[in-house]
Amino acid sequence: MKGVDEKEYLAPGHRACAGCGATIAARLALKALGENTIAVSATGCLEVITTPYPETAWEIPWIHVAFENASAVASGVEGALKAQGIEDTNIVVFGGDGGTTDIGMQSLSGAMERGQNIIYICYDNEAYMNTGIQRSSSTPFGASTTTSPAGKESFGEDKFKKNMAAIMVAHGVPYVATACISHPQDLMAKVKKASEIPGPAYIHVLQPCATGWGYSPEKTVKLGKLAVDTHMWVLYEAVNGKIEVTVKPSQKLPVEEYLKVQKRFRHLDEEHIGIIQNFVDGQSKQLGLSE
Amino acid sequence: MKSIGAAVRDPGSTRRNKTGSWRTFKPVADKEKCIGCGLCYLYCPDGCISLEYDPDYDYCKGCGICAEECPVKAITMERE
Repeated sequence: MKGVDEKEYLAPGHRACAGCGATIAARLALKALGENTIAVSATGCLEVITTPYPETAWEIPWIHVAFENASAVASGVEGALKAQGIEDTNIVVFGGDGGTTDIGMQSLSGAMERGQNIIYICYDNEAYMNTGIQRSSSTPFGASTTTSPAGKESFGEDKFKKNMAAIMVAHGVPYVATACISHPQDLMAKVKKASEIPGPAYIHVLQPCATGWGYSPEKTVKLGKLAVDTHMWVLYEAVNGKIEVTVKPSQKLPVEEYLKVQKRFRHLDEEHIGIIQNFVDGQSKQLGLSE
Repeated sequence: MKSIGAAVRDPGSTRRNKTGSWRTFKPVADKEKCIGCGLCYLYCPDGCISLEYDPDYDYCKGCGICAEECPVKAITMERE
């Protein structure tokens, strides 16, 4: 395909669920980075499914470290390469939303603040899917998870999703972007750009999860498109803090179109849908996507 | 070279595990209809659609994303 690396850096045979969004994200990101790349994975779905010992799906050097220290280890890899005079190798971290917005936050913040030349990719499926769908600080308002279950006493998660990309912009990171697996060219262009900009880069990739969100596996890409078309997930990049929307949906769909096709939101009533719509409208205005 | 910890020195070795056995429906491509847009290739979570747009049944888990996303409906899911 034109402009796409034809090599596969993530081999098939991995144990991801059918229709897994995380593997789409990793596969596309690796195609954008190419062979001269070292990957670090925090604990999480991607780590578990790609490396059932003694096998690995990775075709490039890869290291698994704990939830907390993926960015610290990537910083160490960068330092070790530098000491050997190697400065053109991409160092990429893959962390899930739990490993990024909750547990790996401090080492990520440190690496970004120090200006390490690493690319951090958060593959966000909006809960701890690997351990059984527990809420994370990236879980959206209203979502039912095993630790924010919807029922008589609760309507699901009662807090809004942590705005991780904005936190990264606030660090003064030269390149921050949001992406979604439903827009592969946009995702790959952003990863490529991240690898070309000196200094740290952070990319937050939304990736629908059939198992955790409750939809049929063939709909993974559809869900991503719906997230973008309803403005639930806005695709933008921030170069030196200047935010620019990269994908402008031709028409804005009501959030209900996105919510009603997922089991985790199925219990929501009009009032809660209204709260989500208000939040999304505000966010979309703030990012300059709508007036 | 001695390995330290749980080092795996065989890149891409998950290929030993043929995930095609998970499948209940398989994608079948109609090459006459195919316009070569490459979306199925890009979207495949298992990277098992070739550049000639042939699915690799050794690994295809039958998720159906390719059939769902094909803009000209050139791929249909058929029961195994």
